[in-house]
Amino acid sequence: MIETQPPTTQRPTAGAPAIDARDLAAGYGGPAVWTHANFSIATGSFTAILGPNGGGKSTLIRMILGLLPPFQGELQVLGDKPHRGNALIGYIPQRSSFDAELSIRGRDFVNLGIDGHRWGVRLPGTAYDRAADAAIRAVGADSYADRPIGRLSGGEQQRLLLAQALVGNPRLLLMDEPLSQLDVRNQSVIVQLIGEVKRARKLTVLLIAHDVNPLLSHIDHVLYVAQGNIAMGTPEEIITSESLTRIYSTPVEVLKDSRGRVFVVGLEEEVSHPHG
Amino acid sequence: MDEHAIVATITNTSPQLSWNLFDDIAALFHYEFMVHAFEAGTIVAVVAGAIGYFVVLRGSAFAAHALSHIGFAGATGAVLLAVNPIFGLLAFTLGSGIAIGALGNRLRGRDVTIGIVLAWTLGLGVLFISLYKGYATEAYAILFGLILGISANDVIVTLVAGIVTIGALIAVYRPLLFASVDEELAGAKGVPVTALSIGFMAILAIAVTEAVQVVGVLLIFALIVTPAAIAVRFTSRPPAAIVTGILLALGFTWAGLAIAYYSPHPVSFFITSLAFFTYVFVRLAEPISQRLRRKSLAPVAPAGG
Repeated sequence: MIETQPPTTQRPTAGAPAIDARDLAAGYGGPAVWTHANFSIATGSFTAILGPNGGGKSTLIRMILGLLPPFQGELQVLGDKPHRGNALIGYIPQRSSFDAELSIRGRDFVNLGIDGHRWGVRLPGTAYDRAADAAIRAVGADSYADRPIGRLSGGEQQRLLLAQALVGNPRLLLMDEPLSQLDVRNQSVIVQLIGEVKRARKLTVLLIAHDVNPLLSHIDHVLYVAQGNIAMGTPEEIITSESLTRIYSTPVEVLKDSRGRVFVVGLEEEVSHPHG
Repeated sequence: MDEHAIVATITNTSPQLSWNLFDDIAALFHYEFMVHAFEAGTIVAVVAGAIGYFVVLRGSAFAAHALSHIGFAGATGAVLLAVNPIFGLLAFTLGSGIAIGALGNRLRGRDVTIGIVLAWTLGLGVLFISLYKGYATEAYAILFGLILGISANDVIVTLVAGIVTIGALIAVYRPLLFASVDEELAGAKGVPVTALSIGFMAILAIAVTEAVQVVGVLLIFALIVTPAAIAVRFTSRPPAAIVTGILLALGFTWAGLAIAYYSPHPVSFFITSLAFFTYVFVRLAEPISQRLRRKSLAPVAPAGG
């Protein structure tokens, strides 16, 4: 049995945690994906969810979104039970990219983040337009927000996805692999942007990543999801050979290169590697 | 008696064009069947143009095509049972539409499943035709449309169905748009994506049933998919694309009816040809207009930039 480590005290913890899991387990009816997860995500913190493919990272996000009920245990999201359509959560789903033929403007897509879930047609209103404008400006997408979203580059699409997530003024931002389709330069630009938005809007951010390296200088905590367990701590605590070996009771090696990038070897056959 | 009337009397064939456009247009509405054709055609074009946008956005063109073909078995079956074919058509398109909708929009093998059901129902349709001892006209009308045979009563039925489909589309507009663009995200935001998928296919089934009267099951693409496919090349604003699609569908239908009135060939041929050649023209003209726009936008930019 692995006990999770509490977040370190040097990080600021303002009031109640944004997300609180007690003995949480996830499953779809068959064997549990992971069990006995105990962690607490501080309001206003930036957390990376890491771990090998198929370990249950997206399952955790789905549970926070209220799309999947807890298999066991308790989960509190922003002081409430998770529920579908939570307006306090901004979400960016995992996707390869928009279809190139998708003929809808970036601005229309952002608008859907405001009232896409409401029935009927939207009556023209300046309050809506102002909210969309503000979100588009916040992510620096002004110059291409009126172009078809399918024709934009991966980085541009990712900015509009972020604008869509921000337009409803959420308190919690959930992102499922927002960096996976981007080149290394765009990855760092988008992470920088997420960090800025997070500070400006005092958001709590949870982000699934395949590679921790572009995130290292921005994140407060790491949630490591693998082999049926979830472990939490600071990157320095979690991403070490000793820690990962102990947590997963299997030999894991964390390598560092001369530029400070880390490589995790030994979980699954998979290597957490930077692309390119 | 003017020259035009004399010529028409002597030749005793389809009406001739005069040099007076106003007279020609007035002549179009001389017969009641043409008035009914224009009325029904207008309603169907509005519905088809509007729903076509979502068909294109959702990538459901094959599903729309399949619905109409599956409806063929229902229509011929109804003829066999001496029931109005429109009811058989509606029953089959609605049933299959709901089933396709329940399969969901993301399922990988969906088109294969639809194709298998489609092939079998077409076989059923062939059986029903062979069992029916009457004229082949009924089957011909279902396959290729018989807009010139529409009665005043048909027009009223079409109008009611048209109001239902447009009303339903307005009611589900925003969540349908959301689910069509990003189903995963819409679902997380609380949009009932599966129910919407079923609801959309049910609306589409009614629209297809209406459109079949004009162009028949084989030519449904021309009114539902082609106008919308052209419209999204002109604008990426959803309301503007819907309006453009409706205007194009109206244009094809009206022009097709008008041309067919002065020719011995079927209306469906002209409607589908107008749609097809407009699409081809737009696709061919697009790269040229883009190059021109790029040049005019950046007159001082260095070459190759």
